[in-house]
Amino acid sequence: MTAASKTIAIPFTRRRMKLPALLLLVLILAAASLVAMSIGAVPIPLGKIISVGLSEQQAAVLSSIRLPRVLLAIVVGAALAVSGAAMQGLFRNPLADPGLIGIATSAALAVAIVIVLAGPVTGYVGLYGMSVAAFIGALASCFAIFRLAKVTGSFSGTYMLLTGIAINALSAAGVGFLTFLSDDQQLRSLTFWTMGSLGGALWISVVVVTSIVVPAGIIMIRNARELNVLLLGENEARYLGVDAERLKRRIVICTALSVGAAISVSGIIGFVGLVVPHLIRLTLGPDHRLLMPASALLGAILLLAADTAARTIVAPAEMPVGVLTSLIGGPFFLWLLVRQYSGRPGL
Amino acid sequence: MIEAENIVYSIGGERILANIYATFQPGKITAILGPNGAGKSTLLKCLTGALTPDNGSVFLDGKNLWDYSLDALSRMRAVLSQSAPVNFPFTAHEIVTMGRNPYSFDKTDAWNSEIADDALALVDAWHLRDRSFPTLSGGEQQRVQFARVIAQIWERDEAYLFLDEPTSALDLKHQHHLLDLVQRLCREKRLTVVIVMHDLNLAYHCTDNCYFIKEGWIRGGGASRELINKDVISEIFDLAPEYAAMRFGGELSE
Repeated sequence: MTAASKTIAIPFTRRRMKLPALLLLVLILAAASLVAMSIGAVPIPLGKIISVGLSEQQAAVLSSIRLPRVLLAIVVGAALAVSGAAMQGLFRNPLADPGLIGIATSAALAVAIVIVLAGPVTGYVGLYGMSVAAFIGALASCFAIFRLAKVTGSFSGTYMLLTGIAINALSAAGVGFLTFLSDDQQLRSLTFWTMGSLGGALWISVVVVTSIVVPAGIIMIRNARELNVLLLGENEARYLGVDAERLKRRIVICTALSVGAAISVSGIIGFVGLVVPHLIRLTLGPDHRLLMPASALLGAILLLAADTAARTIVAPAEMPVGVLTSLIGGPFFLWLLVRQYSGRPGL
Repeated sequence: MIEAENIVYSIGGERILANIYATFQPGKITAILGPNGAGKSTLLKCLTGALTPDNGSVFLDGKNLWDYSLDALSRMRAVLSQSAPVNFPFTAHEIVTMGRNPYSFDKTDAWNSEIADDALALVDAWHLRDRSFPTLSGGEQQRVQFARVIAQIWERDEAYLFLDEPTSALDLKHQHHLLDLVQRLCREKRLTVVIVMHDLNLAYHCTDNCYFIKEGWIRGGGASRELINKDVISEIFDLAPEYAAMRFGGELSE
């Protein structure tokens, strides 16, 4: 019929950008890691890291303080960004973010309960216990949002954000109540969780978080194509052979695991999950097969940069990195809202 | 062939569909017609398995719909729903390529991408290929979604095609273009086409058979050319006979 109007196939540029884009992000991440390792109270020149010509003190600082912190920033940043991307796909809404819709706060509430009621936690058992608690908190709020969305059949941005505000408020009230109950030491830990910081980075936390985040992230990225199809709608996905219920369950569990693990070691670090996938979508398109791995890399880069800034700009003191990301992420989110809602009244 | 046997569906005690018996023949286009809220889309969703009826069964080629796997169904049946908003800036070509999801393992990406291109050209949307889907107009989105649906059953003969108001946002030219295309595909590939529509003139001219439903009951079924006339219309749509004649008199057989 009109097949004549079809001319030479236009090269599918986004797909062609896939490998170079990912490579570029890997390179930037490597460079950022080196810089982050060299900056700090004890300066460690870049050249010495590369040539392995460090003094004993420098080596000790590097291996027991900076390296775990850098790795933790990378893993937590990647976990938050991939979870954000997956959650936005799951809710079919580009404004979903673990922090905004109350998932992070619920996880923090669960962690707060552990801190105040179970006392100080240390070692692998304590860290995994905290991760499990955060996971359960995250899962519970995901589930609540889903149920509430299902009651009205509405996955609209407004409805979901309002639900999120309510869940956020409830969880924050819970955290507030626990703060009221807690003693001095507990209070300090609680403040740390709610503001978000990578200051407590230890090798053990790196091991625990990585062991949870990497498998969950791989599962999410492996479901990227199906997540694309889910964006057409749940019925549409089913018509196209995707078991939407199973996919949703899988994504919810993986995001709750990742976010829970990240929060259990770093506290609430907001907006990474929202900002990063957005930046990737703007430049590389919404295809989850590229979006998720690219988000993981960019999330790692951004959190690493933010953490390095947080521990240097007010040196020798340290700023909670969660405060910094919110300071940058808040205005970005407002800009996004204005951009998305302007001229589209019915959204 | 699709056979619906005694389909009953209700929401919160309110009966939407009552004892529906219907058959849909391969190589024929069957329209489901009726006033707003009659249960047309609900019936379509029961036939596709998106809704589970309270009672009754749907058979595809004599086999119960529920005995098919999602994967098997996705290779033999495509559904165009009434509205499928997409909030993410996928290109039209990416949307159509998603129609090839059932074949993402047994066909190459290049092959699936080429079929998406052919499908876009077929619905006169080739020029929209690299446009962002959410920025397209309603009619353009509808054509792209239709391209996705035909890409899904591209190589398959005797497939099933369900269309829920496929022309609701289209201009006159594209309404005819799309229905011509449906007719052609239906004949060439012996598709079983079930189509929910409102435009009775189009239904009269472009469909083979039709069912009229009203308040959840089937009020009549048969060849479209015989069944769609102003008496039936005035009864089904509660329209005074002179209005029915005014709207449809010139087009329909007496």
